[in-house]
Amino acid sequence: MSTIARTWALVVKDARSELRTRYAMNALVMFVITSVATILFAMREDQASPELLAGMYWVVVFFSSMSGLSRIFVSEEEKGTALALQLIASPTVVYVGKLLFNCGLTLLLTLAVTVLYLIVFPGFVVASLDIFAVTWLLGSLGLASAATIIAAIIARANTRGTLYPVLSFPVLIPLLMTVMRSTIRALAGEPFENALGEFQVLFSYLLVMTGGSYLLFEHVWKD
Amino acid sequence: MDGRDHSMNGIRLQVTDLRRDFNRRPVFQGISFTLDSPASLAVTGLNGAGKSTLVKVLAGVIGPTAGTVAYQRAGVPIEIDTLRHELGFVSPYLNLYDEFSAEENLRLLSRIRSGNEPASATIERRMQQVNLWNRRHDDVGTFSSGMKQRLKYAFALLHEPAVLMLDEPTSNLDAEGIAVVEAIVAEQKERGLLVVATNDESEAAWCTARVHLSGSGGNKR
Repeated sequence: MSTIARTWALVVKDARSELRTRYAMNALVMFVITSVATILFAMREDQASPELLAGMYWVVVFFSSMSGLSRIFVSEEEKGTALALQLIASPTVVYVGKLLFNCGLTLLLTLAVTVLYLIVFPGFVVASLDIFAVTWLLGSLGLASAATIIAAIIARANTRGTLYPVLSFPVLIPLLMTVMRSTIRALAGEPFENALGEFQVLFSYLLVMTGGSYLLFEHVWKD
Repeated sequence: MDGRDHSMNGIRLQVTDLRRDFNRRPVFQGISFTLDSPASLAVTGLNGAGKSTLVKVLAGVIGPTAGTVAYQRAGVPIEIDTLRHELGFVSPYLNLYDEFSAEENLRLLSRIRSGNEPASATIERRMQQVNLWNRRHDDVGTFSSGMKQRLKYAFALLHEPAVLMLDEPTSNLDAEGIAVVEAIVAEQKERGLLVVATNDESEAAWCTARVHLSGSGGNKR
Protein backbone atom coordinates (compact mmCIF):
# COMPACT_ATOMS: atom_id res chain seq x y z
CA MET A 1 0.00 0.00 0.00
CA SER A 2 2.83 2.31 0.90
CA THR A 3 4.57 1.65 -2.42
CA ILE A 4 1.37 2.50 -4.27
CA ALA A 5 0.98 5.70 -2.22
CA ARG A 6 4.61 6.69 -2.89
CA THR A 7 4.28 5.94 -6.60
CA TRP A 8 1.08 7.95 -6.82
CA ALA A 9 2.78 10.82 -4.96
CA LEU A 10 5.46 10.85 -7.66
CA VAL A 11 2.81 10.92 -10.41
CA VAL A 12 1.08 13.82 -8.65
CA LYS A 13 4.41 15.64 -8.29
CA ASP A 14 5.18 15.20 -12.00
CA ALA A 15 1.67 16.23 -13.06
CA ARG A 16 1.80 19.35 -10.88
CA SER A 17 5.27 20.17 -12.17
CA GLU A 18 4.12 19.72 -15.77
CA LEU A 19 1.10 21.97 -15.25
CA ARG A 20 3.41 24.70 -13.91
CA THR A 21 6.35 24.41 -16.31
CA ARG A 22 4.66 22.86 -19.38
CA TYR A 23 8.03 21.28 -20.25
CA ALA A 24 6.53 18.38 -22.22
CA MET A 25 3.09 19.75 -23.03
CA ASN A 26 4.33 22.73 -25.03
CA ALA A 27 6.63 20.56 -27.12
CA LEU A 28 3.88 18.02 -27.78
CA VAL A 29 1.20 20.55 -28.70
CA MET A 30 3.47 22.59 -30.95
CA PHE A 31 4.68 19.50 -32.79
CA VAL A 32 1.16 18.18 -33.33
CA ILE A 33 -0.13 21.49 -34.64
CA THR A 34 2.82 22.22 -36.95
CA SER A 35 3.05 18.70 -38.38
CA VAL A 36 -0.71 18.40 -39.03
CA ALA A 37 -0.70 21.88 -40.60
CA THR A 38 2.24 20.91 -42.82
CA ILE A 39 0.44 17.75 -43.97
CA LEU A 40 -2.66 19.82 -44.73
CA PHE A 41 -0.65 22.33 -46.81
CA ALA A 42 1.05 19.48 -48.69
CA MET A 43 -2.19 17.67 -49.50
CA ARG A 44 -4.30 20.71 -50.42
CA GLU A 45 -7.44 19.33 -52.08
CA ASP A 46 -6.10 15.77 -52.53
CA GLN A 47 -7.91 12.92 -50.78
CA ALA A 48 -5.40 10.67 -49.04
CA SER A 49 -5.99 6.90 -48.91
CA PRO A 50 -6.73 5.24 -45.53
CA GLU A 51 -3.27 3.63 -45.68
CA LEU A 52 -1.59 7.01 -46.07
CA LEU A 53 -3.73 8.63 -43.37
CA ALA A 54 -3.01 5.80 -40.94
CA GLY A 55 0.71 6.11 -41.65
CA MET A 56 0.69 9.90 -41.22
CA TYR A 57 -1.36 9.59 -38.01
CA TRP A 58 1.32 7.47 -36.36
CA VAL A 59 4.18 9.54 -37.84
CA VAL A 60 2.70 12.58 -36.07
CA VAL A 61 2.23 10.59 -32.85
CA PHE A 62 5.78 9.16 -33.01
CA PHE A 63 7.61 12.44 -33.59
CA SER A 64 5.39 14.37 -31.16
CA SER A 65 6.07 11.86 -28.42
CA MET A 66 9.78 11.96 -29.23
CA SER A 67 9.74 15.70 -28.69
CA GLY A 68 7.96 15.52 -25.35
CA LEU A 69 8.18 12.20 -23.52
CA SER A 70 11.93 12.34 -22.83
CA ARG A 71 11.34 15.38 -20.60
CA ILE A 72 10.21 13.11 -17.77
CA PHE A 73 13.83 12.17 -17.02
CA VAL A 74 15.77 14.83 -18.92
CA SER A 75 14.21 17.67 -16.90
CA GLU A 76 15.16 15.92 -13.63
CA GLU A 77 18.77 15.69 -14.82
CA GLU A 78 18.89 19.23 -16.19
CA LYS A 79 17.41 20.73 -13.02
CA GLY A 80 19.63 18.61 -10.78
CA THR A 81 16.63 17.13 -8.99
CA ALA A 82 17.36 13.51 -9.98
CA LEU A 83 19.57 13.13 -6.89
CA ALA A 84 16.69 14.18 -4.63
CA LEU A 85 14.55 11.45 -6.17
CA GLN A 86 17.35 8.90 -5.82
CA LEU A 87 17.60 9.73 -2.14
CA ILE A 88 13.91 9.37 -1.35
CA ALA A 89 12.46 6.81 -3.75
CA SER A 90 13.27 3.26 -4.78
CA PRO A 91 13.97 2.59 -8.47
CA THR A 92 10.64 0.73 -8.63
CA VAL A 93 8.70 3.76 -7.40
CA VAL A 94 10.53 6.06 -9.81
CA TYR A 95 10.12 3.76 -12.82
CA VAL A 96 6.44 2.99 -12.26
CA GLY A 97 5.64 6.61 -11.40
CA LYS A 98 7.36 7.98 -14.49
CA LEU A 99 5.81 5.25 -16.66
CA LEU A 100 2.31 6.07 -15.40
CA PHE A 101 2.85 9.77 -16.06
CA ASN A 102 4.11 9.09 -19.59
CA CYS A 103 1.18 6.71 -20.22
CA GLY A 104 -1.27 9.45 -19.25
CA LEU A 105 0.53 11.99 -21.42
CA THR A 106 0.67 9.64 -24.43
CA LEU A 107 -3.01 8.70 -24.12
CA LEU A 108 -3.89 12.39 -24.08
CA LEU A 109 -1.57 13.06 -27.03
CA THR A 110 -3.02 10.30 -29.20
CA LEU A 111 -6.54 11.34 -28.24
CA ALA A 112 -5.80 14.94 -29.26
CA VAL A 113 -4.23 13.82 -32.56
CA THR A 114 -7.27 11.62 -33.24
CA VAL A 115 -9.71 14.47 -32.63
CA LEU A 116 -7.60 16.78 -34.81
CA TYR A 117 -7.44 14.21 -37.63
CA LEU A 118 -11.21 13.64 -37.47
CA ILE A 119 -11.75 17.40 -37.80
CA VAL A 120 -9.27 18.29 -40.54
CA PHE A 121 -9.08 15.13 -42.69
CA PRO A 122 -12.46 14.16 -44.20
CA GLY A 123 -11.00 10.80 -45.30
CA PHE A 124 -10.07 9.88 -41.70
CA VAL A 125 -13.29 8.10 -40.75
CA VAL A 126 -13.08 5.45 -38.04
CA ALA A 127 -15.40 2.76 -39.37
CA SER A 128 -14.46 0.13 -36.74
CA LEU A 129 -14.46 1.98 -33.47
CA ASP A 130 -13.61 -1.13 -31.41
CA ILE A 131 -10.43 -1.85 -33.42
CA PHE A 132 -9.40 1.79 -33.25
CA ALA A 133 -10.02 2.00 -29.48
CA VAL A 134 -7.89 -1.07 -28.70
CA THR A 135 -5.18 0.12 -31.12
CA TRP A 136 -5.21 3.55 -29.47
CA LEU A 137 -4.91 2.05 -26.00
CA LEU A 138 -2.26 -0.63 -26.66
CA GLY A 139 -0.32 1.55 -29.11
CA SER A 140 -0.19 4.47 -26.69
CA LEU A 141 0.85 2.32 -23.73
CA GLY A 142 3.52 0.51 -25.77
CA LEU A 143 4.87 3.81 -27.06
CA ALA A 144 4.93 5.26 -23.52
CA SER A 145 6.68 2.16 -22.16
CA ALA A 146 9.46 2.25 -24.76
CA ALA A 147 9.78 6.04 -24.53
CA THR A 148 10.14 5.93 -20.73
CA ILE A 149 13.08 3.53 -20.55
CA ILE A 150 14.84 5.18 -23.50
CA ALA A 151 14.36 8.57 -21.80
CA ALA A 152 15.97 7.16 -18.65
CA ILE A 153 18.92 5.86 -20.69
CA ILE A 154 19.56 9.03 -22.66
CA ALA A 155 18.93 11.47 -19.79
CA ARG A 156 22.58 11.34 -18.73
CA ALA A 157 24.03 11.57 -22.25
CA ASN A 158 25.41 14.85 -23.60
CA THR A 159 23.73 14.46 -27.00
CA ARG A 160 20.34 13.54 -25.62
CA GLY A 161 18.38 15.68 -28.11
CA THR A 162 19.42 13.66 -31.14
CA LEU A 163 19.99 10.39 -29.33
CA TYR A 164 16.35 10.02 -28.30
CA PRO A 165 14.67 9.57 -31.71
CA VAL A 166 17.71 7.68 -33.05
CA LEU A 167 17.52 5.12 -30.24
CA SER A 168 13.73 5.04 -30.19
CA PHE A 169 13.07 4.41 -33.87
CA PRO A 170 14.49 0.87 -34.14
CA VAL A 171 12.93 -0.06 -30.79
CA LEU A 172 9.53 1.23 -31.90
CA ILE A 173 9.50 -0.17 -35.47
CA PRO A 174 7.57 -3.37 -34.52
CA LEU A 175 5.04 -1.28 -32.61
CA LEU A 176 4.63 1.33 -35.35
CA MET A 177 4.20 -1.25 -38.14
CA THR A 178 1.57 -3.10 -36.11
CA VAL A 179 -0.44 -0.04 -35.07
CA MET A 180 -0.43 1.20 -38.67
CA ARG A 181 -1.84 -2.13 -39.88
CA SER A 182 -4.59 -2.20 -37.28
CA THR A 183 -5.41 1.49 -37.85
CA ILE A 184 -5.87 0.71 -41.56
CA ARG A 185 -8.26 -2.09 -40.54
CA ALA A 186 -10.16 0.35 -38.32
CA LEU A 187 -10.46 2.91 -41.12
CA ALA A 188 -11.50 0.20 -43.60
CA GLY A 189 -14.28 -0.99 -41.28
CA GLU A 190 -13.04 -4.57 -40.91
CA PRO A 191 -14.54 -6.82 -38.19
CA PHE A 192 -12.82 -6.93 -34.78
CA GLU A 193 -11.61 -10.52 -35.27
CA ASN A 194 -9.42 -9.49 -38.21
CA ALA A 195 -7.25 -7.35 -35.92
CA LEU A 196 -6.71 -9.95 -33.19
CA GLY A 197 -3.28 -10.85 -34.57
CA GLU A 198 -2.16 -7.23 -34.34
CA PHE A 199 -3.55 -6.94 -30.81
CA GLN A 200 -1.59 -9.99 -29.73
CA VAL A 201 1.60 -8.41 -31.09
CA LEU A 202 0.83 -5.07 -29.38
CA PHE A 203 0.00 -6.72 -26.06
CA SER A 204 3.17 -8.86 -26.20
CA TYR A 205 5.24 -5.78 -27.09
CA LEU A 206 3.80 -3.92 -24.10
CA LEU A 207 4.51 -6.81 -21.73
CA VAL A 208 8.04 -7.47 -22.98
CA MET A 209 8.98 -3.78 -23.09
CA THR A 210 7.58 -3.01 -19.63
CA GLY A 211 9.00 -6.17 -18.03
CA GLY A 212 12.42 -5.66 -19.59
CA SER A 213 12.44 -1.98 -18.63
CA TYR A 214 11.52 -2.81 -15.05
CA LEU A 215 14.49 -5.17 -14.78
CA LEU A 216 16.89 -2.76 -16.51
CA PHE A 217 15.82 0.44 -14.79
CA GLU A 218 17.68 0.04 -11.49
CA HIS A 219 21.04 -0.21 -13.30
CA VAL A 220 20.24 2.77 -15.53
CA TRP A 221 19.02 4.88 -12.63
CA LYS A 222 21.73 4.05 -10.11
CA ASP A 223 24.90 4.18 -12.19
CA MET B 1 35.96 4.72 15.16
CA ASP B 2 36.53 1.00 15.51
CA GLY B 3 35.85 -1.05 18.59
CA ARG B 4 33.28 1.24 20.17
CA ASP B 5 30.19 -0.49 21.52
CA HIS B 6 27.07 0.58 19.77
CA SER B 7 23.80 0.95 21.61
CA MET B 8 20.82 -1.25 20.88
CA ASN B 9 19.09 1.62 19.15
CA GLY B 10 22.23 2.93 17.49
CA ILE B 11 23.14 2.57 13.90
CA ARG B 12 26.37 1.09 12.55
CA LEU B 13 27.99 1.91 9.22
CA GLN B 14 30.55 -0.66 8.14
CA VAL B 15 32.62 0.02 5.03
CA THR B 16 34.89 -2.74 3.76
CA ASP B 17 37.61 -2.38 1.13
CA LEU B 18 35.57 0.14 -0.84
CA ARG B 19 36.60 1.10 -4.35
CA ARG B 20 34.94 3.18 -7.03
CA ASP B 21 36.17 3.53 -10.61
CA PHE B 22 35.31 6.04 -13.28
CA ASN B 23 36.29 5.13 -16.83
CA ARG B 24 38.23 2.18 -15.40
CA ARG B 25 40.41 4.45 -13.25
CA PRO B 26 40.02 4.17 -9.49
CA VAL B 27 38.77 7.35 -7.83
CA PHE B 28 39.43 5.78 -4.44
CA GLN B 29 40.17 2.28 -3.23
CA GLY B 30 40.86 0.25 -0.11
CA ILE B 31 38.61 2.32 2.14
CA SER B 32 37.50 0.47 5.27
CA PHE B 33 36.05 1.84 8.48
CA THR B 34 33.28 1.27 10.98
CA LEU B 35 31.17 3.96 12.61
CA ASP B 36 28.87 3.31 15.56
CA SER B 37 26.43 6.06 16.43
CA PRO B 38 26.83 8.58 17.84
CA ALA B 39 29.84 9.27 15.67
CA SER B 40 31.10 11.72 13.10
CA LEU B 41 33.44 11.30 10.15
CA ALA B 42 35.13 13.93 7.99
CA VAL B 43 36.00 12.99 4.41
CA THR B 44 38.79 15.29 3.29
CA GLY B 45 40.94 15.61 0.20
CA LEU B 46 41.79 17.91 -2.65
CA ASN B 47 39.37 18.81 -5.44
CA GLY B 48 38.74 15.73 -7.57
CA ALA B 49 39.95 13.35 -4.88
CA GLY B 50 36.53 11.65 -4.81
CA LYS B 51 34.92 13.09 -1.66
CA SER B 52 31.52 13.61 -3.32
CA THR B 53 31.71 10.21 -4.99
CA LEU B 54 32.44 8.56 -1.63
CA VAL B 55 29.47 10.19 0.13
CA LYS B 56 27.21 9.23 -2.79
CA VAL B 57 28.38 5.62 -2.46
CA LEU B 58 27.84 5.76 1.32
CA ALA B 59 24.33 7.15 0.70
CA GLY B 60 23.54 4.31 -1.72
CA VAL B 61 22.93 6.71 -4.59
CA ILE B 62 25.63 5.05 -6.71
CA GLY B 63 27.07 1.61 -6.27
CA PRO B 64 30.70 0.81 -5.47
CA THR B 65 32.93 -0.89 -8.05
CA ALA B 66 34.18 -3.21 -5.30
CA GLY B 67 33.76 -3.56 -1.56
CA THR B 68 30.69 -3.16 0.60
CA VAL B 69 28.75 -0.50 2.47
CA ALA B 70 26.56 -2.03 5.17
CA TYR B 71 24.24 -0.36 7.66
CA GLN B 72 22.97 -2.18 10.73
CA ARG B 73 20.69 -1.36 13.62
CA ALA B 74 21.20 -3.52 16.70
CA GLY B 75 23.02 -6.04 14.51
CA VAL B 76 20.19 -6.26 11.98
CA PRO B 77 21.12 -5.19 8.42
CA ILE B 78 19.22 -2.18 7.12
CA GLU B 79 17.92 -2.65 3.58
CA ILE B 80 18.41 0.20 1.13
CA ASP B 81 14.64 0.90 1.05
CA THR B 82 14.66 1.35 4.82
CA LEU B 83 17.84 3.42 4.67
CA ARG B 84 15.98 6.09 2.69
CA HIS B 85 13.92 6.74 5.83
CA GLU B 86 17.09 6.97 7.94
CA LEU B 87 19.24 9.17 5.70
CA GLY B 88 19.53 12.91 5.21
CA PHE B 89 21.78 14.36 2.51
CA VAL B 90 22.85 17.91 1.70
CA SER B 91 25.15 18.96 -1.12
CA PRO B 92 25.57 21.80 -3.60
CA TYR B 93 24.65 19.50 -6.53
CA LEU B 94 21.38 18.41 -4.92
CA ASN B 95 18.53 20.61 -6.11
CA LEU B 96 14.90 20.87 -5.11
CA TYR B 97 12.09 21.87 -7.47
CA ASP B 98 12.18 25.53 -8.52
CA GLU B 99 8.55 25.45 -9.69
CA PHE B 100 7.21 24.53 -6.23
CA SER B 101 7.13 26.62 -3.10
CA ALA B 102 9.46 25.73 -0.24
CA GLU B 103 6.64 24.12 1.75
CA GLU B 104 5.29 22.27 -1.30
CA ASN B 105 8.73 20.80 -1.91
CA LEU B 106 8.88 19.42 1.61
CA ARG B 107 5.34 18.04 1.49
CA LEU B 108 5.63 16.47 -1.99
CA LEU B 109 9.05 14.94 -1.39
CA SER B 110 7.99 13.56 2.01
CA ARG B 111 4.97 11.96 0.39
CA ILE B 112 7.21 10.29 -2.20
CA ARG B 113 9.59 9.14 0.55
CA SER B 114 7.03 7.66 2.95
CA GLY B 115 3.62 7.80 1.33
CA ASN B 116 2.47 10.23 4.02
CA GLU B 117 2.78 13.95 4.56
CA PRO B 118 4.71 15.06 7.64
CA ALA B 119 2.85 16.88 10.40
CA SER B 120 2.51 20.59 9.79
CA ALA B 121 4.21 21.23 13.12
CA THR B 122 7.27 19.24 11.94
CA ILE B 123 7.47 21.27 8.74
CA GLU B 124 7.13 24.50 10.68
CA ARG B 125 9.83 23.48 13.18
CA ARG B 126 12.33 22.60 10.47
CA MET B 127 11.59 25.69 8.39
CA GLN B 128 11.86 27.87 11.49
CA GLN B 129 15.19 26.19 12.23
CA VAL B 130 16.61 27.27 8.85
CA ASN B 131 14.89 30.68 8.98
CA LEU B 132 12.67 30.10 5.96
CA TRP B 133 9.25 29.93 7.59
CA ASN B 134 8.31 33.42 6.42
CA ARG B 135 9.19 32.47 2.84
CA ARG B 136 7.45 29.08 2.86
CA HIS B 137 4.90 30.04 0.18
CA ASP B 138 7.49 31.47 -2.24
CA ASP B 139 8.65 29.44 -5.23
CA VAL B 140 12.13 28.01 -4.72
CA GLY B 141 13.07 29.47 -8.11
CA THR B 142 12.95 32.91 -6.49
CA PHE B 143 15.34 31.90 -3.69
CA SER B 144 19.00 32.90 -3.49
CA SER B 145 21.58 30.11 -3.54
CA GLY B 146 22.02 30.46 0.23
CA MET B 147 18.28 30.14 0.86
CA LYS B 148 18.17 27.07 -1.38
CA GLN B 149 21.02 25.57 0.64
CA ARG B 150 19.09 26.19 3.87
CA LEU B 151 15.97 24.59 2.39
CA LYS B 152 18.05 21.50 1.61
CA TYR B 153 18.77 21.22 5.33
CA ALA B 154 15.04 21.35 6.11
CA PHE B 155 14.50 18.63 3.48
CA ALA B 156 17.33 16.50 4.89
CA LEU B 157 16.16 16.79 8.50
CA LEU B 158 12.40 16.57 8.07
CA HIS B 159 12.27 12.83 8.79
CA GLU B 160 14.74 12.99 11.73
CA PRO B 161 17.42 10.90 9.98
CA ALA B 162 19.77 8.66 11.94
CA VAL B 163 22.46 9.29 9.31
CA LEU B 164 23.24 12.77 7.98
CA MET B 165 25.66 13.29 5.09
CA LEU B 166 26.86 16.77 4.26
CA ASP B 167 28.94 17.54 1.19
CA GLU B 168 30.47 21.03 1.39
CA PRO B 169 28.05 21.84 4.22
CA THR B 170 28.42 25.63 4.35
CA SER B 171 28.53 26.22 0.60
CA ASN B 172 26.70 29.46 -0.35
CA LEU B 173 25.83 30.25 3.28
CA ASP B 174 26.29 33.53 5.14
CA ALA B 175 27.37 33.77 8.79
CA GLU B 176 23.80 33.24 10.00
CA GLY B 177 23.42 30.18 7.79
CA ILE B 178 26.74 28.74 8.99
CA ALA B 179 25.56 29.13 12.59
CA VAL B 180 22.39 27.20 11.69
CA VAL B 181 24.50 24.41 10.17
CA GLU B 182 26.75 24.28 13.23
CA ALA B 183 23.69 23.83 15.44
CA ILE B 184 22.40 21.05 13.15
CA VAL B 185 25.80 19.35 13.23
CA ALA B 186 25.91 19.50 17.05
CA GLU B 187 22.42 18.01 17.23
CA GLN B 188 23.26 15.23 14.75
CA LYS B 189 26.48 14.31 16.54
CA GLU B 190 24.39 13.58 19.63
CA ARG B 191 21.68 11.73 17.77
CA GLY B 192 23.33 9.50 15.17
CA LEU B 193 25.92 9.37 12.43
CA LEU B 194 27.36 12.41 10.71
CA VAL B 195 29.55 12.32 7.58
CA VAL B 196 31.01 15.60 6.32
CA ALA B 197 32.88 15.88 3.01
CA THR B 198 34.89 19.07 2.94
CA ASN B 199 38.09 20.89 2.03
CA ASP B 200 37.65 23.27 4.92
CA GLU B 201 39.69 22.36 7.99
CA SER B 202 37.27 24.12 10.35
CA GLU B 203 34.40 21.97 9.04
CA ALA B 204 36.52 18.80 9.25
CA ALA B 205 37.22 19.71 12.88
CA TRP B 206 33.50 19.17 13.67
CA CYS B 207 34.15 15.45 13.33
CA THR B 208 35.99 13.04 15.57
CA ALA B 209 37.24 10.72 12.80
CA ARG B 210 38.63 11.35 9.37
CA VAL B 211 39.21 9.65 6.02
CA HIS B 212 41.60 11.54 3.78
CA LEU B 213 41.45 10.82 0.04
CA SER B 214 44.77 11.36 -1.65
CA GLY B 215 43.31 11.79 -5.13
CA SER B 216 45.49 9.10 -6.69
CA GLY B 217 43.09 6.32 -5.89
CA GLY B 218 44.51 5.72 -2.41
CA ASN B 219 43.59 7.08 0.99
CA LYS B 220 44.81 7.35 4.53
CA ARG B 221 43.06 7.57 7.89
